[in-house]
Amino acid sequence: MKTLYDKLWDDHVVEDLGSGDHLVYIDRHFLHEVTSPQAFDGISKKNLKPWRLAANIATPDHNVPTARGQNFELESIEDEVSKIQIIELDRNCNKFDIPQFDINSEKQGIVHVVGPENGFTLPGMTIVCGDSHTSTHGAFAALSMGIGTSEVEHVLATQCLRIKKLKNFRINLLGCPRDDVTSKDVILYVIRSIGTDGGTGHAIEFSGDYISSLSMESRMTICNMSIEAGAKVGLIAFDKITESYLSDKVQLDKSEYDKALEYWKSLSSDSNAKFDKEIEIDVSKIKPQVSWGTSPEMTSDYDSCVPELDQNSDKYSTYKKAIEYMGLKEREKLSDLTFNKVFVGSCTNSRIEDLRSVAAEVKDKRISESIEEALIVPGSGQVKLQAEKEGLDKIFIEAGFSWRDPGCSMCLGMNEDKLSPGDRCASTSNRNFEGRQGHMGRTHLVSPMMAARIAIHGGIPHE
Amino acid sequence: MSEFKNISGIACILDIDNIDTDQIIPTEYLKSIKKFGFGEFLFDGWRYHDIANINTPTSSRSLNQDFILNQAPFNESKIIITGKNFGCGSSREHAVWALRDFGIETVIAESFGDIFYNNCFKNGVLPIALNQDKLLMVKDHVSNESKLHISLVDKNIVIKNEKIAFEVDSGMLDMIITGQDEVDITLSISDKIKSYESNRLKHKPWLN
Repeated sequence: MKTLYDKLWDDHVVEDLGSGDHLVYIDRHFLHEVTSPQAFDGISKKNLKPWRLAANIATPDHNVPTARGQNFELESIEDEVSKIQIIELDRNCNKFDIPQFDINSEKQGIVHVVGPENGFTLPGMTIVCGDSHTSTHGAFAALSMGIGTSEVEHVLATQCLRIKKLKNFRINLLGCPRDDVTSKDVILYVIRSIGTDGGTGHAIEFSGDYISSLSMESRMTICNMSIEAGAKVGLIAFDKITESYLSDKVQLDKSEYDKALEYWKSLSSDSNAKFDKEIEIDVSKIKPQVSWGTSPEMTSDYDSCVPELDQNSDKYSTYKKAIEYMGLKEREKLSDLTFNKVFVGSCTNSRIEDLRSVAAEVKDKRISESIEEALIVPGSGQVKLQAEKEGLDKIFIEAGFSWRDPGCSMCLGMNEDKLSPGDRCASTSNRNFEGRQGHMGRTHLVSPMMAARIAIHGGIPHE
Repeated sequence: MSEFKNISGIACILDIDNIDTDQIIPTEYLKSIKKFGFGEFLFDGWRYHDIANINTPTSSRSLNQDFILNQAPFNESKIIITGKNFGCGSSREHAVWALRDFGIETVIAESFGDIFYNNCFKNGVLPIALNQDKLLMVKDHVSNESKLHISLVDKNIVIKNEKIAFEVDSGMLDMIITGQDEVDITLSISDKIKSYESNRLKHKPWLN
């Protein structure tokens, strides 16, 4: 009896190398401008070519400007070093013949948004990328994980990874959530419950009737942040919802599709499969979540307070440092905080469903006077087009938001979209680390719905 | 890469849990397309008062003298001792490159982020995970005497007359000791990859 992870693992082992090491075949490799140049350089120096070209797909996302319009010239990127990196991706893709959605492509966007929406992410695949949020693709019952640049080079050169098997961890999410609780709140609650190292060394499979009820977009948000719970692999079984999402995205003839579908239907854990660790969470008890500190586990209910410092707790020094950095006081009500920035975007929450949720909150309203900048950065060119087709861009602009072009943007502030020292930002991204969104910036992780409400109220609304 | 079997040098304690890779090296320096030269940006947000900028020479920047790596003898540390979940967060290998370029040869922690842990072995930096009791012994020793000696072959940390054993996968440790190139090793069995691949694409043609 096997777990979903066991099945995917067994299907991809090329060779058992002894003492736990295995050579594992990689079906899909996503590339972006930041973690690939040194890997391309590595294979060039060894006079090697990519092992299997069709496995690769590249797009620039991490440091592209997000106010660029059509027919953007790379030369106009002000930051010389960013420009070199994006040009280098172009150069490497041309040199090695790797397909790329370049900066002016309609399909360019955040690699973890682009992959699924173009049918590059398929159930049963192994998927890697030099980016820890590659766990996103696990929502499609694909064994998918972030890797370092040496491993990017290894995959380019050999189409394989040398890795050890992870342990199995199942998180059963049961029940029906409140109307104002989204999958972002649920994954933040999971991280807060098990800690940022709760899933270390494990592949987490998310299951239960709550997961079955979710759209693919919401499932991607959950798997995306499994890395914030320490697990580089997050997984969700294949079902009717996966099938329906894929139906208009994969280009296969009927007989091939039927064969694939028959295999995909086997991609779930056997009913009596054994997990090394298993927990259950009742999602009906979860309230909207807001992070208060500098680690995703430092998260609380939206109607609660900053924790009280306890000198006897082993968390004392870590919490004290976080509270100081965030400009907070112990026991301060989260709803008393004033925000001046809002960021809607990132591989966690920049898909069409996220933008619709923001639009529903801000329609015919204006953002608060306290908000100096409110960015909405769609995850891809296709998300942007769809949003504009639905008129969402007009709703955002009328409410006072800045409507941008696709990229990672203020999630990590590699381009111009950065927080300034002391800024307090409601962000739909995934990490609230010190300086993550800009030097001395203060990040509060929230759902798109909460980000929209904070934009309107200038703070976390009271009940 | 030359073989090395022992690590001996100054150890500094960073007594914080969950030090993420954004703290080890901020995003700003990920714009570099090189694999070396990151040492002066290690823990940039804690080492300097001003904003990280890849184009600003570090000699002109304002040092935070309160930060341990800016204080002698710890500015020459070869060993970092820290809490749990070191290297969590982003997959950036630049974090290991920054440690390596600064001169750090090993990090001793209660636990590590999975991706960071793997990245270490590819760059000759040894991550040593110790349980709380052993970690406390090492910290106590280092608080009195800043030097530490580690034997890679015997897999132990030498403290006065005591030896604290640590566990690390032998194959991965060998990579550090011998500096072997993984790509070359894997390509030596490329026939096995080819046969697996052709079989896979035959049975799952939609992957083509």
